[in-house]
Amino acid sequence: MMASSYNAKDEDGLHPGSVGSGGPGSVKSKKPDNTAFKQQRLPAWQPILTAGTVLPAFFMIGLIFIPIGIGLFVTSNNIKEFEIDYTGVDMSSPCYICAQNYSWDSTSVCTCSVPFTLDQHFDSNVFMYYGLSNFYQNHRRYVKSRDDSQLNGDKSSLLSPSKECEPYRTSENKPIAPCGAIANSLFNDTLELFYIHPNGSRIAIHLVKTGIAWWTDKHVKFRNPGGSNSNLSVVFQDTSKPVNWRKAVYELDPADPENNGFINEDFIVWMRTAALPTFRKLYRIIQKKKDNMTPTLPPGNYSLEVTYNYPVRSFDGRKRMILSTISWMGGKNPFLGIAYITVGSVCFFLGVVLLIIHHKYGNRNNSADITN
Amino acid sequence: MRLVKRRWKDVRVGDFVRVLSNQIIPADILLLHTSDPNGVCHMETANLDGETNLKQRRVVPGFSTPGKPFQPQTFSSTVVCENPNNNLNVFKGYVERPDKRRTGFGIDSLLLRGCTVRNTDDAAGIVVYAGQETKSMLNNSGPRYKRSKIERKMNTDVLFCMLLLFFMCLIGALGHSIWLETFTTMPSYIVPDRNGNYTPSVLAGFYMFFTMIILLQVMIPVSLYVSIELVKMGQIFFITQDVELYDEELDSRVQCRALNITEDLGQIQYVFSDKTGTLTENKMVFRRCTIVGTEYRHDENAARLAVVSGANEEEEDTLYQQTKLPKLPLEELQDSHTGDKNHANTQVTAANRHRSRVAAGAQCDMAFSTPLETVVVPDRKLTLEVDRQMASILSGPYLDFFLALAICNTVVVSTVTAQRQRDKGRSNSDGSFHIMGQWFRKGSLRNVFSSMKFFKRDGETLADPFAKDEDEPDMFHSSDVSDSTTGQKVLSSEGEVKRSLSRTEEVCYEAHSPDEAALIHAAKAYGFTMVERTPYHVTVKLPDDTLLKFEVLDVLTFDSTRRRMSIIVRHPHTNEIIMYTKGADSAIMERLGNVFSDMSQVDNVAKQIAVKTQKDLDMYARDGLRTLCFAKKVISEKEFKAWFAIRQEALSAIDEKEERLMDTATNIENNFTLLGATGIEDRLQENVPETIQALRRAGMQVWVLTGDKPETAINIAYSCKLLDHEQDLVFTFSTNRKSVCKMRLEDTLGEVRRSSLSPGAEVQFRGNNSGFTLMEHSIGLVIDGPTLSMAMSDDLVEQFVELCKHCRAVLCCRVTPLQKSSVVKLIRQKLRVMTLAIGDGANDVNMIQAADVGIGVSGQEGMQAVMASDFAITRFKHLQRLLLVHGHWCYSRLANMVIYFFYKNVAYVNLLFWYQFYCGFSATAMIDYWLMILFNLLFTSAPPIMFGIMDREVSDSTLLSLPELYKTGQHSEGYRRSTFWIAILDAFYQSLVCFFIPYWTYNGSDIGIFSFGTPMNTVSLFTIILHLAIEIKSWTVVHWVIMIGSVLAYFIVTLAYSAICTSCNPPSNPYWIMHKQMADPMFYLVCTLTTVVALLPRYTLHVLRGTLAPSPHLGARQLERLPPSRREQRIREWRGLRDTCISPSLRSQEHSSSPCPTA
Repeated sequence: MMASSYNAKDEDGLHPGSVGSGGPGSVKSKKPDNTAFKQQRLPAWQPILTAGTVLPAFFMIGLIFIPIGIGLFVTSNNIKEFEIDYTGVDMSSPCYICAQNYSWDSTSVCTCSVPFTLDQHFDSNVFMYYGLSNFYQNHRRYVKSRDDSQLNGDKSSLLSPSKECEPYRTSENKPIAPCGAIANSLFNDTLELFYIHPNGSRIAIHLVKTGIAWWTDKHVKFRNPGGSNSNLSVVFQDTSKPVNWRKAVYELDPADPENNGFINEDFIVWMRTAALPTFRKLYRIIQKKKDNMTPTLPPGNYSLEVTYNYPVRSFDGRKRMILSTISWMGGKNPFLGIAYITVGSVCFFLGVVLLIIHHKYGNRNNSADITN
Repeated sequence: MRLVKRRWKDVRVGDFVRVLSNQIIPADILLLHTSDPNGVCHMETANLDGETNLKQRRVVPGFSTPGKPFQPQTFSSTVVCENPNNNLNVFKGYVERPDKRRTGFGIDSLLLRGCTVRNTDDAAGIVVYAGQETKSMLNNSGPRYKRSKIERKMNTDVLFCMLLLFFMCLIGALGHSIWLETFTTMPSYIVPDRNGNYTPSVLAGFYMFFTMIILLQVMIPVSLYVSIELVKMGQIFFITQDVELYDEELDSRVQCRALNITEDLGQIQYVFSDKTGTLTENKMVFRRCTIVGTEYRHDENAARLAVVSGANEEEEDTLYQQTKLPKLPLEELQDSHTGDKNHANTQVTAANRHRSRVAAGAQCDMAFSTPLETVVVPDRKLTLEVDRQMASILSGPYLDFFLALAICNTVVVSTVTAQRQRDKGRSNSDGSFHIMGQWFRKGSLRNVFSSMKFFKRDGETLADPFAKDEDEPDMFHSSDVSDSTTGQKVLSSEGEVKRSLSRTEEVCYEAHSPDEAALIHAAKAYGFTMVERTPYHVTVKLPDDTLLKFEVLDVLTFDSTRRRMSIIVRHPHTNEIIMYTKGADSAIMERLGNVFSDMSQVDNVAKQIAVKTQKDLDMYARDGLRTLCFAKKVISEKEFKAWFAIRQEALSAIDEKEERLMDTATNIENNFTLLGATGIEDRLQENVPETIQALRRAGMQVWVLTGDKPETAINIAYSCKLLDHEQDLVFTFSTNRKSVCKMRLEDTLGEVRRSSLSPGAEVQFRGNNSGFTLMEHSIGLVIDGPTLSMAMSDDLVEQFVELCKHCRAVLCCRVTPLQKSSVVKLIRQKLRVMTLAIGDGANDVNMIQAADVGIGVSGQEGMQAVMASDFAITRFKHLQRLLLVHGHWCYSRLANMVIYFFYKNVAYVNLLFWYQFYCGFSATAMIDYWLMILFNLLFTSAPPIMFGIMDREVSDSTLLSLPELYKTGQHSEGYRRSTFWIAILDAFYQSLVCFFIPYWTYNGSDIGIFSFGTPMNTVSLFTIILHLAIEIKSWTVVHWVIMIGSVLAYFIVTLAYSAICTSCNPPSNPYWIMHKQMADPMFYLVCTLTTVVALLPRYTLHVLRGTLAPSPHLGARQLERLPPSRREQRIREWRGLRDTCISPSLRSQEHSSSPCPTA
């Protein structure tokens, strides 16, 4: 290093030299541009967070949040919801026997009837959900276990489903359609609702089974293979039904071709895996009466007829049926309203505290700054 | 005998090597022969120690015949020397001849590798050390990998993150096993493996551990390292773009050579500075003199200096053109001699470079002789006086004074033949000087004209007294001549010049100190030119061109005890023995011929002269000039003979040789006749005292390490306010004995401790010194090289360090390059502080490399320092801005960014972690993988980088006017372990909020996994961006664009992605989820609430801190809002407050978070 130093010196002499030899002005100076950006002098807004400056913000938040919270709370309270557990854990439960006997490969049909009473009338459209508890639809390997291109109607995927579907990929050397654990564990209880008229007659309530899935799912994401070929049994002929299923995918709703196969809405709803282990899924919609005068569901006695197929005992799960009206904020949930009210109050309180602090300490600063 | 060319790498110990003039010495060579008849060889050691004067080396006697070529064949002796070591000043050994006769030698016979042979046609010797064993290599401790302090700290924090990750994964693994254990039969949602078997729960938990690592690995901020690099690039861009750090004269910006330690600039606690060329320009300028009681102000000269300093570009270019003159024949000869094909080229570039140097008024390479320093415009009154005396009598105080100036020194005259290439420019300056000194020679006119131009520009006609020979052929400078119609006076005939300079084409002086150079050039200005110096004669040319050849009888060299030097000569005309002495005023004044001591024989005139001179001296000192007194003594033949005998005896003595020599010197140096005194200005670079003061106020300790003499160093230290006459208690350590050193250390330490413990004393000090508390910082330590090495030995080092801690200023003189670096290392390691070393020369390279931050001052002394440095600046004053503004900015920016990055990653990853509690610890992510990746890569990467590059808490002008703000960086307040953990805690809190508010909102509903994740992702984005918004201190357009752009990018990308991707990314199903969510009012309600709740604590805390306990920075920001006039007033008030406020806390070991400033 020392040895080469002399050369380094001389070489280094080159750059000012080159400036000189070009004469003044002809060589670009290395002087940095005197621009606001390069000199870090861009005009800047420099907020200073002190009690005085942020007081309005706190009060504003308080004033905005509390009404929102109240609104949410009221809305939530206006939503009518009814929930009934029909798992059949208790001996007294009507579905106890079904729950005891049942396993996936049972072939017998077990039905039970669960009576319940509505105290209030349900207006407008009533949404009928089934709820499952302790069902981890969000388990990582469960969530993965599907083939979206198969469900999207892709022919090749239909016959050779994705490896993600293992071990529910093939059955008896035939590809499973729909493959995967999600499809395999499709909720297959059938729920029917009867109104017990005070005179003792049972009136079946009309349950609409379409319109329960997202429009985009039904029309874009889920497609039957074969396009317009309406004969689904031909389309699915080289496939096998999922092992837990009683009937093949093209038999889900033989009456309505627009609700059969992969685009069966019950199936689509199930395939949208729930985020949390306790969830509900939309099952049917009870449409409001045309005349608008009588409530959709008047108060009174009802009976829930369950075709009990779905086993939950292995994971200590619960099955529920939920009837709910819906508002713009979805189902009944008082949490958000309460949270808004609380946060709004806290902000308001903080605002008051800051106001006091500002008067006590902030003034001192101000006076020092301005009047001194 | 035949010489062969060999590469350096092939040189081995024991080889005979011949080196020619101007060649670099390839190894440590024991000098056996030179072409010089006196057996000396000059070498320049600037590459080693930065000293620019020539060193004389002598041959080991008896192995060659002067005047004849060296005969290595005849060398049959054995060379015995010590083992290789790094001490540049000690070398011992002997040569044993076959007949067992031993000849000793020392360092003065050793040519050191890396030095350059000068003034000697050739030198030959035997290699004693080669390659890595040479002293220069041993002094060269290789490069050190530097890693910034923040990064070191950050790395431990990354380890903490890994630990956190480990625990989180462990929780996941345990949770998963336990969760699996709860099932007696496997439920349908647990997917068996391919064969339908279920993994045992323990094994599944084990696997889950690694799955979790993959899921949560973002916890370890890998992107942080990339971002830091980007941020540093940005920071460096802005540093180099700073127009304030641009040097117009050298056309050079600040260079950032190290890309990774910008923020260290903001944490410096100790500054180690070289002196020569760093603090000073290394320009000794003759300013004034007083001769026999009459003061000559040299106003013209002062005016010239003022003009030259202010010379603008135009003149520089003129100067430059002039330096590019045709080569003199002699130089051409030299070219072919050295056989360097590129020589002509390099010569021109060297000259080019010189142009900027001349213009910048920087130090010329050697002998301290740029025109600025060397050219002295004679005082007209004094010129007349000299002329009068010259005309009438050939002796007189004026002549004596100038003779003393000319000969009483150790300056070596070198000739153009021996000139180095890079001194080309200087020879011109000398040429110009000759004219000034009323000499005239061809080819050297142009510089005068440039000087004249300066004068004219200033509206003066100082050039009038000078001559221009109209007959001079205008070969090289026609343009200049047209400018210079003013020069008129020709004092010398060409013939005479040719006679007197038949051999020496041009005269160049190699002075040991810049003072001597300044003085001899001053003498030259008045026509007293030393033209030759040999060990036995010194020849001076008088204004009337007569040559006086003095016989040198003895030289009593300078030493720091006597503080004077004398030369005893025999006057060629009168044959008198005359002693000329120069020295510090006290050293001369007390020895004047009975002026004060014997009142009875008071010589009234002499007394008056002494009194007047003393008055002038006092005035010079007040003006910051370095003063030297000149005296003369006529010694009778008899007296001299008697003295000389004693002297000879002392010279040959072995025991206590130095003491005896000193005694003899003292014996003869008395009864002086005072001739006069000079005032020399050692120009500090501009704004050096201010810079040092600012660095001090910023809490930095400034040390000066110099190879220079203690006297010079102390002088500079005072003039640059490193030491203060009134406030500092200066302890000087200079001893050769370790016991003494130890005693002194202990004594001083005791004293220092006592004084710092007594509060009473402090109050007194405070009262006396208007608000400055001094006790701790009023101690200055001056220590010289040998003492330093003793103090740094193992048994004393603790005490030394302890003492240094108490010192406000430490000045180390006479230190070697290695010592410089070991001092830096010592302080860095023992005190665990951030150190900065700044220097300009090759001798500072080690120090620069050893320090945490090395700064090279370019454009003065070669490029080695710059090459070794991390940052290169051109002026010392730039350090202030570099540290206080850029260092502080870079530090606080980077610290904030790093903290923010940790926070960001933890906050985001924890969302996923909380979800594990609700998915059976199965490592499900509720956010689409692509969005997760893009979240870190795209949506939240730009804001922190911009934050790290552009955030600005306090403006540069405020930072400069309140250096105290720098202290936050020194105490690492921006990034502490506590800051880190607070950020992590905040991240945990925010992630809890971001997870659980949506969780409670959607719990029990029919929400799908990714519909559930989308609001969380959005909320996280808002929280993370707005968290940064709280931290950002100043919002420029760029900030707005990037912040808003990031949010927009998130929405655009997410919407596009979830619109396009129907089944492209199994299993995440992002299709239409974002659209669905954005159509739901709940989404907005959840996002708003969550963001507010997540940021509320931090925001409130900021507000409370801003109101109740504002940091100094906040105070400074409030100051910036004031109108300028009020701001200045407040800054002054604040300074007063801080001075009284900070010091008590400093005493209690730097717990200075007291809210003093804004109170």
